[in-house]
Amino acid sequence: MRNAFADEMTQLVDADPRLVLLSGDIGNRLFDRYKEKAPDRFYNCGVAEANMMGVAAGLGMNGFRPVVYTITPFTTTRCFEQIRVDVCYHESPVIIVGTGAGLSYAQLGPTHHSLEDIAILRTLPGMAVLCPCDPLEVRACLRSALKREGPTYIRLGKKGEPELHSTIPTLEIGKAITMRPGDDVCLVGTGNVVSVALEAAEDLKNHGIAVRIENFHSVKPLDESRLSELVEKYKVIGIIEEHSKIGGLYSAISEWQSDRMDGGTRLLSFSLADEFIHRVGTQQQARERAKLTAADISCALREAL
Amino acid sequence: MSTPEALKLPVSELEGIARDIRAEIIAYSNHAKLPHLGSCLSCVDILTCLYFHFLKLDTTDSTNPKRDRFVLSKGHGAPALFQVLARRGFYPQADLYKPDHGDGKFGEHPPVPQDLPGIEAATGSLGHGLPMGLGMALAGRLNKFPYRVFALLSDGECNEGSIWEAALFAAAQKLDNLCVIVDFNKWQATGRSEEVLALNPFVEKWQSFGWNTCRIDGHSMQDLLSTIEGWPSGQGKPFAIIADTVKGKGVSFMEDDNNWHYRIPTEDEVAQAKQELGVL
Repeated sequence: MRNAFADEMTQLVDADPRLVLLSGDIGNRLFDRYKEKAPDRFYNCGVAEANMMGVAAGLGMNGFRPVVYTITPFTTTRCFEQIRVDVCYHESPVIIVGTGAGLSYAQLGPTHHSLEDIAILRTLPGMAVLCPCDPLEVRACLRSALKREGPTYIRLGKKGEPELHSTIPTLEIGKAITMRPGDDVCLVGTGNVVSVALEAAEDLKNHGIAVRIENFHSVKPLDESRLSELVEKYKVIGIIEEHSKIGGLYSAISEWQSDRMDGGTRLLSFSLADEFIHRVGTQQQARERAKLTAADISCALREAL
Repeated sequence: MSTPEALKLPVSELEGIARDIRAEIIAYSNHAKLPHLGSCLSCVDILTCLYFHFLKLDTTDSTNPKRDRFVLSKGHGAPALFQVLARRGFYPQADLYKPDHGDGKFGEHPPVPQDLPGIEAATGSLGHGLPMGLGMALAGRLNKFPYRVFALLSDGECNEGSIWEAALFAAAQKLDNLCVIVDFNKWQATGRSEEVLALNPFVEKWQSFGWNTCRIDGHSMQDLLSTIEGWPSGQGKPFAIIADTVKGKGVSFMEDDNNWHYRIPTEDEVAQAKQELGVL
């Protein structure tokens, strides 16, 4: 996803003189081509994220479209107050990009995990929270974010994610994408685990269960009309995200359901527990421990039906 | 689009305006029950010098892209800035006294520019204004606009790590269209700034961070004028002015008394202060 991001930035920078890229001393060589094209619109802001976010806000208030890029915890939790005050309160059209969604950096330990970012960023007025599911959707999210007037958060995985779309999708912020039809049960996913949902659907198909997969790339704004349609049709909806159960997509949908006072549909959360992960391993191993694999989801949904 | 202009008022007029504004701030503190009087009074001369001599502004279009930018990074000085902006013509001073029924614009801190003309950035949480000002300075350079950016900091605010992140980044970017003025009144909310977090040697700190620096009397209009006039431009360095000031400056019973960080003056105290200032 991050290579797609860097490539898309490089493609967009010629046509959009407002585009400015700020990096927190990461992405060695990743932005070489961008820097060749627009050397004066790339700033390595150093390992100083609070300042970087304030600088981005100031640029955004003065006609530019800054894109802030570093590892997810450092571009979100580290400088949350700057995002809240400098970016969101000022309605500065900053695009905040975090690389390393969820457990992408499982091997780097909890300092580099990102299981709270969706929760805290979606509390901020005016902020859109986008979690692309594959490299093609990263490009679509970036393009859509540049058409917005306000601040946007884009949650990237790392590199090497499979392409789930065949071409760059037509993406409208706040409109979910149906990835696969199915009448028996629905799985709603966001970000880098939509691929896991698709795998689970394959597994369930072998058990004679037809699964619909909905890709909620926008956690905020939430596609409420799609949700209304889903709760009309399905008795069980599984919600999958590589994020804490607290405050993410499951929470957002639960809030929506609670506001409707219509609890007819059972919501199942596939997410991370409220704890730090003290054991180091690969992303796949971390997902297995968290029961965030296709096999676990398939099993849980069969029990629930 | 009109061209933003500086007023270039002489020292004698600036001193008169500073005196009036001090009186207005004190009266308004009593009226609106706004604290931070000491912090407001220590920066009045700096604000007056900037707004009535140097800053190129357009009061008919506060968003004119070629204007100079001023960021009150020490956002708790807002009551002083509100008076200065009114006097400079961004809105009638009477607006401050209109009953607002809880729907007001003039709180304890500057609101966002969308809510009040003349404001460049909403501050109040310390350590935010300078980074935002730095973004404005970069935007000016990218746009090839010759405007300058001033950020007014308090010494207490220099406790914040983000100030020093910004200081390093401004030097790395060789931003010579950016000027920091520190209202060095030697106090922060609950103690002497030097005792809370050792700032000294303060001027040398800024210097060693790659800034052109100087230390002046922040209440001498002449010093302020000649220092900003002599801005060492074209050297590829940002400029830091450490302005020695007195908290509560101008009123004998407020000067250097940190109780006036939060105290609201009574009507008698307002009258006494006005008498001392020679403003009736």
